[in-house]
Amino acid sequence: MVDRIADIWGSRTPHERGTVWPARVDEYLEDGVAPGEVERWVQSACLLCSNGCGCDIAVKDGRMVGVRGRAGDVVNHGRLGPKGLYGSTPWARSSERLTRPLIRRDGRLVESDWETAMGRIVEVSRRLLADKGPLSHGFYTSGQLFLEEYYTLAVIGKAGLGTPHMDGNTRLCTATAAAALKESFGADGQPGSYTDIEHCDAIFLYGHNMPETQTVLWARILDRTRAGDPPVIVCVDPRRTAVAQEAERTGGVHLAPRVGTNLALMNGLTRELFVNGWVDQRWVAAHTVGVDELRATVEPYPPEEVARICGVDPADVRRAARIFGASDRVLSTVLQGFYQSHQATASAVAVHNLHLLRGLVGKVGSGVLQMNGQPTAQNNRECGADGDLPGFRNWDNEAHVRELAGLWNVDPLVIPHWAPPTHAMQIMSYAEEGSIGLLWISATNPAVSMPESARIRRILGGEQCFVVVQDLFRTETAELADVVLPAAGWGEKTGTFTNVNRTVHLSEQAVDPPGEARSDLDIFLAYASAMDFRDADGEPLIAWRTAEEAFDAWREATRGRPVDYTGLSYARLRGPTGIPWPVNDEAPEGTDRLYGDATFPTATDHCETYGHDLLTGAEVTEQEHRALRPAGRAFLKGAAWTPPHEPLSDDFPLLYTTGRTAYQFHTRTKTGRARSLRDAAPDAWVELSAADAAELGIGEGDLVRVESPRGAIEVRARIGHIMPGAVFAPFHYGSGDVGDGPGRQANELTMTVWDPVSKQPYFKTAACRVTKVGDGDGPAPAPTTTASAPVAAGLPATVGGAPTTSRRVPTPAYPNDPATGGR
Amino acid sequence: MALATYLALAHRSEQTLADSFRVVGAGHAQHPDVLFTCRALAEFSDDHVRRLTPLVQRYGERRHDGDVEEPERLHADGLAEVRQGPVGLLRDLQDLHVLGTLVQTTWTVLLQAAQGLRDRELLEVARQAGGETSRQLSWLNTRMKAAAPQALILGS
Repeated sequence: MVDRIADIWGSRTPHERGTVWPARVDEYLEDGVAPGEVERWVQSACLLCSNGCGCDIAVKDGRMVGVRGRAGDVVNHGRLGPKGLYGSTPWARSSERLTRPLIRRDGRLVESDWETAMGRIVEVSRRLLADKGPLSHGFYTSGQLFLEEYYTLAVIGKAGLGTPHMDGNTRLCTATAAAALKESFGADGQPGSYTDIEHCDAIFLYGHNMPETQTVLWARILDRTRAGDPPVIVCVDPRRTAVAQEAERTGGVHLAPRVGTNLALMNGLTRELFVNGWVDQRWVAAHTVGVDELRATVEPYPPEEVARICGVDPADVRRAARIFGASDRVLSTVLQGFYQSHQATASAVAVHNLHLLRGLVGKVGSGVLQMNGQPTAQNNRECGADGDLPGFRNWDNEAHVRELAGLWNVDPLVIPHWAPPTHAMQIMSYAEEGSIGLLWISATNPAVSMPESARIRRILGGEQCFVVVQDLFRTETAELADVVLPAAGWGEKTGTFTNVNRTVHLSEQAVDPPGEARSDLDIFLAYASAMDFRDADGEPLIAWRTAEEAFDAWREATRGRPVDYTGLSYARLRGPTGIPWPVNDEAPEGTDRLYGDATFPTATDHCETYGHDLLTGAEVTEQEHRALRPAGRAFLKGAAWTPPHEPLSDDFPLLYTTGRTAYQFHTRTKTGRARSLRDAAPDAWVELSAADAAELGIGEGDLVRVESPRGAIEVRARIGHIMPGAVFAPFHYGSGDVGDGPGRQANELTMTVWDPVSKQPYFKTAACRVTKVGDGDGPAPAPTTTASAPVAAGLPATVGGAPTTSRRVPTPAYPNDPATGGR
Repeated sequence: MALATYLALAHRSEQTLADSFRVVGAGHAQHPDVLFTCRALAEFSDDHVRRLTPLVQRYGERRHDGDVEEPERLHADGLAEVRQGPVGLLRDLQDLHVLGTLVQTTWTVLLQAAQGLRDRELLEVARQAGGETSRQLSWLNTRMKAAAPQALILGS
């Protein structure tokens, strides 16, 4: 029996380079359920991080009672992480589930029925359309709906209503991944594969605390670094994470640049490749555009200048660059430390530049993984329920818009394409000024997760905009809504979703939703039906009624595009493993890694974007793009470093950064309702370095007030391994259950400012001050097992997870695995 | 040489553009992208003003000349204050675009003269500054295109 709170990554299965990652099946059944009592195992994939582990849901007496990893799945080879094991099922039976629609009456939310609630939405919707037109409608979704739901909503918004105001909370988590891939390679789509871990000589993790955000993927890396021939790890992170420790163990480097200086560091690493002759000149000449401009851009960043800006040792910059420049095969992964920080897109693009300069793309062991924060974020990007058009089509390309119009049988003019679809922060601004009069929020909790919380509460709670919230629970956001719709969750509905690695999984319905809760797909279809959206021939715009029919409609929308699903069907997805796209006649088993032929989707008529000025976000025009004749070559693009938006001052002398912990997901809607996870990280905290804490007279566990120009929180202090001058706060904890007074919600302090290209808000560059409010009565409620580990010895360790099992099984044959000769 | 008149025009219009970017940015600070991008773009123009200094010293800088004062008549006043609301933002961005176009054509003219003079320094400055003026204009265009429908259809 394994306590997966104490042992986050489970037991090691080390193996040699170039061999298949061994299988191990992790399983958890809730208290009192014996394995023999499980009545059915229902195929699915885990929804509690972006890794996308294949799993089966245990069902007993019509209830979900546990999960088990699927040994045959290419993503996880049977493993599951603590969040997936403990957090996947308990929420479903919570007495706090929404089971009936609610409507606001005399200022209070009261129980209602579907007819009344939907009637109210349709009435407001029709009135706004008549008075103000479609631009009065906005939609804000999630990274946790299913593909079929995103696509249906995209059709409703783009072809039914004709509004460009549709985005997801993917804007907060993966917008930069998508934007960076588009800038460099012409279209979204993960170039690399998890299988690169088994074949690389070095792994660079940029702002990516993988041991906590994707625990199973980190277990895969540990199984290589703990073998006899480990890859070298390089870590870029202001905290001493488990990645940083592994970098030290493997002879790599831990670079801790000052918050807000990532791009200066990246420019320095890029310059080292040029000056040391680590550039594959022939490959660069044949397969890229822009090398001369890039060389000029990075020229002002020698290691000593990088050291001055970033506060790192210039020798470490040289060592890290040498590891990149001299290793045969390099894998890079990137996450929020880059995406949610200053100059996000330019920094993420710089990772591509390093790979392109050495020609290390599309080769086994050499890849880039621009990670996602959420399990279905990829589908939002693919289906166009965020700031994209479906199928990675280019809003600025009339031919692409005509394709969609043909697919949906509507006038191309109905589909808004005068500018990119409106990004989330702009949607909130329109809602604030009231020009968006109906804002429909599905499966996300912006009152906690968006920056500058006080402003978001004011917008959602105001009279100027009618707010619909569709969720599992009465979240902080639902409390502000005019209509609340009860949604079915994972395991209570059927659909597909796609992970970071392009791997598509089918998740089947295991149990019935509670009360009157309905799937998000059914809710969207009910709205479409009530609004009576029609196509050009007067037929219903949306012909599908089931998830499988929606999937089939989507499959047609991907034909001829990089995100090619044409070889996929529900029947195909009922096999032993998820399947990575593109799946088509040429690649019936799917595709492990993209760009093996070094041909990128950059041709002007094919690409998803013509690109942007990375400093300003100005769009490159079609003519400018055509003049560059990219024709399948990748773009090398750079930008100069600029100081972050909020400089430190005497009043606010510390850098404030936010992030995650291994045991919680998002605003804890699910993980906060699982005992093992809740107890492991029960309440908010902030982390201070020992040096800063000593100067401020703060001890472990003391109550402190953390303030920025926008707001304050009062939480307990963990004296930890963060770099001096910086303060870290986990963003999971809402203030909904703490009553009046200073809350604990990290986003009270963050700024409303976003990246010029990806429009992703910067959660990691605010200035703050910390003062002691009271003595502690014990250690901070922060885990000891993660990057939040205390400096002090002897604090009680984070343990106490319910028992799980973990067993080695014979390693099956995995399709496409390069260790067994796959592509 | 009338060149001096055009150097003066470049000098003054870049300064006006820089000041105006700052005014528009600060005046529409509730749109953080406008605030911060305008600040960054103002710094482009600051840099152009700095780089003009040695050239101005070399060629002189005439504000008025009996024969060539056309450019002075074209000189645009900057934006001293901003307008309110979504349409106001759109109009302010449009004004910046008009100012930027004056700057850009001034650099075009100076670039032509630099070629005639075989003045490498002026060539380099005019090429680089003209390129960056294009980036300023591109951003203004991008931002106006995105904002226009909401402002014109639903703005008050």
